[in-house]
Amino acid sequence: MILDTVFFFLIAALAVASALMMITRRNPVKGVLFLIVNFFCLAVMYLMLQAQFIAIIQILVYAGAIMVLFLFVMMLLNLGDEKLLAERRSYRKTIAYVLGAVVLSEIVVGLRLPSGNGAISLHPEAAHMGTVEFIGTSLYTEYLLPFEVTSILLLAAMVGVIVLAKKNFR
Amino acid sequence: MIDIPLNYYLSLSAILFTIGVVGVLTRRNAIIVFMCVELMLNSVNLTLVAFSSYLGNINGQILVFFVMAVAAAEAAIGLAIIIALFRNKQTVNIDEINIMKW
Repeated sequence: MILDTVFFFLIAALAVASALMMITRRNPVKGVLFLIVNFFCLAVMYLMLQAQFIAIIQILVYAGAIMVLFLFVMMLLNLGDEKLLAERRSYRKTIAYVLGAVVLSEIVVGLRLPSGNGAISLHPEAAHMGTVEFIGTSLYTEYLLPFEVTSILLLAAMVGVIVLAKKNFR
Repeated sequence: MIDIPLNYYLSLSAILFTIGVVGVLTRRNAIIVFMCVELMLNSVNLTLVAFSSYLGNINGQILVFFVMAVAAAEAAIGLAIIIALFRNKQTVNIDEINIMKW
C-alpha cells in the first residue's frame, strides 16, 4: 500500500509543520489555530490506526472544547504588547534547543532497541476494536471504577475553577 | 498487505513531544507554555493508540480516554490559575511569576 505511506507522510509533515508554527508564532491566537490544525492531523492518524472513537473525541473534546477555552481566556485577558514578552536572555534558548535534541535522541535510541515482536502491520482485531461498542463495553465493565472516579475528578475541577476564577479570592 | 510500520508512528510522536518540550523551555507566554503541554499530552496519546492498534489490546485506547478527561480538567484549572495570576500581577510572562521560586 504505497498510497497509505504517502498519505501518512503527508499528514505527518503537516502535523510537524503546524507544531513548529505553533511554538514559533509570537501571536498566541495564531498559535491556537495552528494547534487545532495539529489536533486534526492527529485525529486523521487515529483514523488510520482504526481508532474511530478516539478520533471523534479528539476533534470534539480537544479541537472543539479545550481550544475554544484557550481562545476564550486569551480574549478575556486582552494581552497588550506582545513585544514585552520577547526573549531577553538568549542563552536560555540555546540550552532549550540542546535539551530538546537530547530528548529526541534519547527517544530515538529507545525506539531502535530490539522490541521483541516487530509489529509491522495492524493487528487483525484492530478494525472492530476502535468502535464505540467495543470501547463502551470495556469501559462499563472492566473500567467502571476509573470511569466513575473520572466524574468525581471533573466535578472537583469544576468547583476548583469557580473558586480560582472568582473575583475576591480569599 | 504491508502496512505502515509501528516505528513511523512512534517516531512522529517523539518528534511532536520534542517540539512540545522545546516550546515549554523557550516560550515566555504562560498560555503558549500551556498549549505546548497539551501538545506533549497528545503525542503520548498517539503512542498509546498506535500500540493499542498494533498489539490488538484495547487498554491503550481506554487509557487515552482517561488522559483526555484529565487533560480537560487540567486545561480548565490551568487557565483559571492564569486568569487569577493576570488579575493580581497584570502579566502572563512566566519570568515575572517567580514568587514561589526559591
